[in-house]
Amino acid sequence: MGSGSLLWNLTKKYLTAGVIGLTITDRFASIVPVRGGSMSPTFNPRTNTGLGSLDDRVLIEKFCLAKYKFSHGDVVVFRSPSDHKQKLIKRIIGLPGDWIGTPQNDVIKIPEGHCWVEGDNPVSSMDSRTFGPIPLGLVHGRATTIVWPPQRICQVEKRIPRDRVSPSA
Amino acid sequence: MSAWKSIAKEAFTQTCLVAKFLGFLHLTNNYLFSPTLVYGPSMLPTLNLTGDVLLVEHVSHRIQKVGPGDVVLVRSPLDPTKMVTKRIVGMEGDQINFLPDPSITDICRTIMVPKGHIWIQGDNMHASCDSRHYGPVPYGLVQGKLFFRVWPPSGFGSFDQ
Repeated sequence: MGSGSLLWNLTKKYLTAGVIGLTITDRFASIVPVRGGSMSPTFNPRTNTGLGSLDDRVLIEKFCLAKYKFSHGDVVVFRSPSDHKQKLIKRIIGLPGDWIGTPQNDVIKIPEGHCWVEGDNPVSSMDSRTFGPIPLGLVHGRATTIVWPPQRICQVEKRIPRDRVSPSA
Repeated sequence: MSAWKSIAKEAFTQTCLVAKFLGFLHLTNNYLFSPTLVYGPSMLPTLNLTGDVLLVEHVSHRIQKVGPGDVVLVRSPLDPTKMVTKRIVGMEGDQINFLPDPSITDICRTIMVPKGHIWIQGDNMHASCDSRHYGPVPYGLVQGKLFFRVWPPSGFGSFDQ
């Protein structure tokens, strides 16, 4: 009897902590590991070592989702448009109304409610150059800080490539 | 000193209670079911023009149990702050025949839904902005499936597909 109620109390405690943790990660901020070298050199600059433990951990803030206001150069996490289970992290290059050059040497206008995302490493990145502009509704948060490993703790700075985008007048 | 201690303890207990409540509210609202108000002409005659209150469940789209015929809540691809209610017509790999604009022409067009996307349409094809305008939408934009009607009272009950 005594051990049963103890176990029940413990379960209740863990359950509550889990629920509150889930709320915080969904609403406010979470920490995710970045895999692969598509955002090198911003994240995972030494990706070819083959050691998974060297993956950067990044703090993702979710307050930007209240209004879906992003600016050029923000690094965002979003669901892949071709596979909803996969999450990708890329940099926003173009926002609605911008004109942008595609690899097929076209210039297209980004439709309303969409954005153009690209990885920092142009040779190995699966991004808008493959699947085109993505709806902003797929975005799940904005990366602000690298929190792990300790020697790499720093802010994620905005970087805007020149000569790629011509903003709408 | 001990008075301060008891006040601090009381405040901590109350904060815990509020956090617990908000946490469970978030869990129910985002992972189980939530109420939603649907209005507008695009889903006539299934849903009324003036506004229906429905329950949306958030389980089946996570385990990929939504299919053609289901009425789903989707984040609008044109404005991410808005939600739209539409019926799924086709899943990835399906061939879709559709009329781009039924009021002008009746020329049919055919499209194949790409991987990871769905084709959504309103039931009222004359007053609905849907996949016929913005094309197939990524599955990741689906937020839930409508399953129970609360208001108006005449339609109270399980939401028939």
